[in-house]
Amino acid sequence: MGRAINRLPSRRSKILLGAMPFILVIAAYAIASDARHAVDAGDKLMPGLDAFRAAMSRLIFDIDRMTGQRLFWADTWASLGRLGIGLGISAVVGLVVGIFVGFIPYLRATFEPFFAALSLVPPLAVLPILFIIFGLGELSKAVLIVFGIAPFIIRDVMLRVAEIPREQIVKAQTLGASTWQMILGVVLPQVLPRLVSSVRLSLGAAWLFVIAAEAITAEAGLGYRIFLVRRYLAMDVILPYVVWITFLAFAMDYALRLIYDAIPWTRFREGG
Amino acid sequence: MAVIRFDHVTKTYGDTVVLENINLTIDDNEFLAVVGPSGAGKTTFLRMLLSQEAPTSGQILIDDVPIADEPMPDRGIVFQRYSVFPHRTVLRNVMMGPEWLAAPVTGRLFGAKRTELRDRAQAMLDRVGLGGHAQLYPAQLSGGQQQRLAIAQALMTHPKVLLLDEPFGALDPGTRKEMHKLVLELWSEHQMTIVMVTHDLSEAFHLGTRVIAVDKHRHDPHAPHRYGSVITSDFEAKPRLARALQRAERAAG
Ligand SMILES: Nc1ncnc2c1ncn2[C@@H]1O[C@H](COP(=O)(O)OP(=O)(O)OP(=O)(O)O)[C@@H](O)[C@H]1O
Ligand SMILES: [Mg+2]
Repeated sequence: MGRAINRLPSRRSKILLGAMPFILVIAAYAIASDARHAVDAGDKLMPGLDAFRAAMSRLIFDIDRMTGQRLFWADTWASLGRLGIGLGISAVVGLVVGIFVGFIPYLRATFEPFFAALSLVPPLAVLPILFIIFGLGELSKAVLIVFGIAPFIIRDVMLRVAEIPREQIVKAQTLGASTWQMILGVVLPQVLPRLVSSVRLSLGAAWLFVIAAEAITAEAGLGYRIFLVRRYLAMDVILPYVVWITFLAFAMDYALRLIYDAIPWTRFREGG
Repeated sequence: MAVIRFDHVTKTYGDTVVLENINLTIDDNEFLAVVGPSGAGKTTFLRMLLSQEAPTSGQILIDDVPIADEPMPDRGIVFQRYSVFPHRTVLRNVMMGPEWLAAPVTGRLFGAKRTELRDRAQAMLDRVGLGGHAQLYPAQLSGGQQQRLAIAQALMTHPKVLLLDEPFGALDPGTRKEMHKLVLELWSEHQMTIVMVTHDLSEAFHLGTRVIAVDKHRHDPHAPHRYGSVITSDFEAKPRLARALQRAERAAG
């Protein structure tokens, strides 16, 4: 067992090892924060744990006088709503368009080059156009996410459609299936697991677009809050928000993985 | 009834001539085995019969009617691999053909019709020896079991012609023997015409009532693509004699 690749950690040491970087980062932060406060008690850049607790309990529990809401939850729901709508529309568009364009040769010849070009347009560069056309409200934010993510999902779904062995498609026809029946009975069920992974891979980009849109214009939202309090150097709000966004992204990723595993035929692969 | 006729059929891909002027009549209830070296065009021959490929010239007729230009339920197929649907259980795989034919929009039957079809599917699975595996997914089956499933699935829609492209090529000898027995039994039960492509000469002569070999008859070393394959030999195999005798006996007695 001389080679590094053959030395395997046990279950327990895996958990310990995995936790270690997190603990190290937190400890390093605490030490650095203490050191800065020893020099300047009013330091704002690296607030101590007490400052986090105070700032966050205000946002989580106290009702804001301006809006009449608990800001932390209002921000969370606003961002999750945007993300959900954007991802939902992208998934449905990606699935439907990807299947039809991927499966029907005439549609493929017509639209494949167009989608390839579309997916190369940088979404943030067209954001001003979206604001001009759709206004500064929710619509342009949803369009931004869809514009940023749907082309990727469409292409991924199309790739999966192309991976279905020709033999299956021919067999289906010899069993009497029409194009529509093949879409419903052969293509859709085999593409669904890929759609889930595709949405999973898009989560990071979706958050990016939500936060970018919120940074420019919004009344609430996690990204909006971060960029708002930036002016007061309120690291005691920004850092917990970043951690919270990361946690939400992780939870969504995990949920999508559970959904993927719940599809029975993903457990039994061809040739297994 | 299914008499298949190849009428001056030629297939080329670009400059490459694959099959050259094939003329062939396959009798009803024949078990035709097609042999030939790799790349001779056996799969191409089968694909044209399936309408997965169109002949470059000439035509293929079944009972004197040109075949449809896309795959249809009158011609069933079993490939060497990938002929079953990995996302459906064994039972649902066998039910798919009849469901598609009966329910154009949803592709699903409900109620009494579904129960009836399920019973028929289960009977078919019992027949091919998969009765106890109805609720498994194909990937949980062995290679031989997957081919049994593919055959059962194809037979559910009562094709006139069953096409087999090296269906047992990936199986071990023992399993292959069992499959031979099953195919011969099903062939006589279902009264269909079978066309099977194989690499294995002994398999061809064991199963086939007629064996044809396709190969290039001329070879130009400077332009190997110039000439396509033709039917170089045509044997009426022993099983045909046996069957003819059997029929004569039946007619007499
Ligand atoms: N779609 C295609 N485009 C171009 N050439 C093709 C195509 N399909 C087959 N060919 C060529 O036609 C010839 C015959 O191929 P085919 O698959 O029919 O051979 P085969 O007899 O089935 O061989 P094997 O025993 O290896 O399966 C080969 O030379 C092959 O390269
Ligand atoms: Mg072949």
